Amino acid sequence: MMTSIPLDYYLILSAFLFVTGIIGVITRRNAIIIFMSIELMLNAVNLSMVAFSAFFGDIAGQMFVFFIMAVAAAEAAVGLAIVLALFRRKKSVYVDEVNIMKW
Amino acid sequence: MNIQVILFSVFAIGAVASAIATISSRNPVASAMSLVAHFFMLAGLYLTLEAQFVAAVQVLVYAGAIMVLVVFVILLLNLGKEQQLAERGSVIRLTLGSFTAGLFALVIILALVASPTGLNHLAMNAVDIGTTEAIGQSLFTQYLFPFESVSLLLLAALIGAVILAKRSMKEGA
Repeated sequence: MMTSIPLDYYLILSAFLFVTGIIGVITRRNAIIIFMSIELMLNAVNLSMVAFSAFFGDIAGQMFVFFIMAVAAAEAAVGLAIVLALFRRKKSVYVDEVNIMKW
Repeated sequence: MNIQVILFSVFAIGAVASAIATISSRNPVASAMSLVAHFFMLAGLYLTLEAQFVAAVQVLVYAGAIMVLVVFVILLLNLGKEQQLAERGSVIRLTLGSFTAGLFALVIILALVASPTGLNHLAMNAVDIGTTEAIGQSLFTQYLFPFESVSLLLLAALIGAVILAKRSMKEGA
């Protein structure tokens, strides 16, 4: 069954989702929500990878998606551990209240 | 209007709406739940692209594993009073951030409109490459080295997460 949705539509949708993630990263202060916005951006890229893979009939795109998912899982583990450590030290998860590295 | 157009519209609108709900919600738990909905919508979009295995992994790994981790951390932090969770929004940051991001979206969409890819149909073998069999075959032959490297990366992340989340080294325990 061949779909009648052009590739461009998937790419524009992916661009929208990526930009939503960027807005989240720039405008939010809560480190956990910034982290979730980064996941949004990773998933937007995954969508365009799968779209390219399906339209060009090349499996490489889907392989990339698996590796991106693995890296995202690693990033989730380390990122959330950093948020935990940060909260223990500063009693806050707001990124603008963390300025130890600023001088 | 055929079934593909309907499915794409439903999943696309759902994905955009849940993404916006994720970044605009005041409560982190509500954000996390919207993100789970977003992952399910993306899995639906992967199905419209005949990528069945990726869709299954998306639900299992993202909506299952990663989001459970996020929700656990939100619970663990136990931020207490609702006022502490509510963020003091900054108008200038919101304006500048949205403007920059909108510019970025505009550039991508203009590039696509100026030179469309011209691909209107899935490749003939799209159904074949999305199956578990094809993915597994490729993963354990051509992509064996990256696959093994990823397991090393996950091990490093595991150790790093344990070290970081441990209470300070001096306190012992």
